[in-house]
Amino acid sequence: MIDVLYFAELRDVIGSDKVSYEAAGLTVAQFKEKHLSDYHLTNLDEAMIAINEEYASEETVLQTGDTLAFIPPVSGG
Amino acid sequence: MEKLFWVTSEPIEINDVIEKVVRREAGAISTFTGIAREFTHGKRTLYLEYQAYESMAEKKLAEIGKEIEEKWENTKTAIAHRTGRLDISEVAVAIAVSTPHRNDAFEASRYAIERIKEIVPIWKKEHWEDGTLWLGDQKEQQSYEEKIPEKEEMLDE
Repeated sequence: MIDVLYFAELRDVIGSDKVSYEAAGLTVAQFKEKHLSDYHLTNLDEAMIAINEEYASEETVLQTGDTLAFIPPVSGG
Repeated sequence: MEKLFWVTSEPIEINDVIEKVVRREAGAISTFTGIAREFTHGKRTLYLEYQAYESMAEKKLAEIGKEIEEKWENTKTAIAHRTGRLDISEVAVAIAVSTPHRNDAFEASRYAIERIKEIVPIWKKEHWEDGTLWLGDQKEQQSYEEKIPEKEEMLDE
């Protein structure tokens, strides 16, 4: 299983801050296609990817125990 | 050791941040304070709400501190960022940088706030009289094509 974290407007649409998925072996891009394409997440492709709290690419292969986070364009400060 | 970089749902006392960078070899401390603004282009904000990926945000703030150490010699940086609901004029972020001489302190504190707006996973939601919106991409840069922000982006401005 992997944990997926959602923030800001993504969290509002998904309706949860954290969801677990059976997704080990998939790339992040494949994960998005398989699990998120049914949602109306217009800004998903603008989100950066973080795996285990480090920015990563969409081609990264997910492994059991990973925490994947979608990071919409940030607006701190 | 006490934290130099932290995310908190409690009000930020600027002096707590400044205190952390006071040291004998410093001759200057530059601070930057970001506060909740009421009017943006004539539109009235009632209050702001900040959300953070806290553990990663604290790591990224610390990373900014490291970048500053590499760019300017003998600096010490502390940064606090607020989460939750902020009323107008409440402190959203406080940055303090101490250096031996003033010029580096000014430059480094500016660098810190710009980097926060690029790499630290924190989001601001505007609450207006007639609606809400999660803001993004405040720097209005489409610099996320590679999806991984680089240190060098800052230098291209």
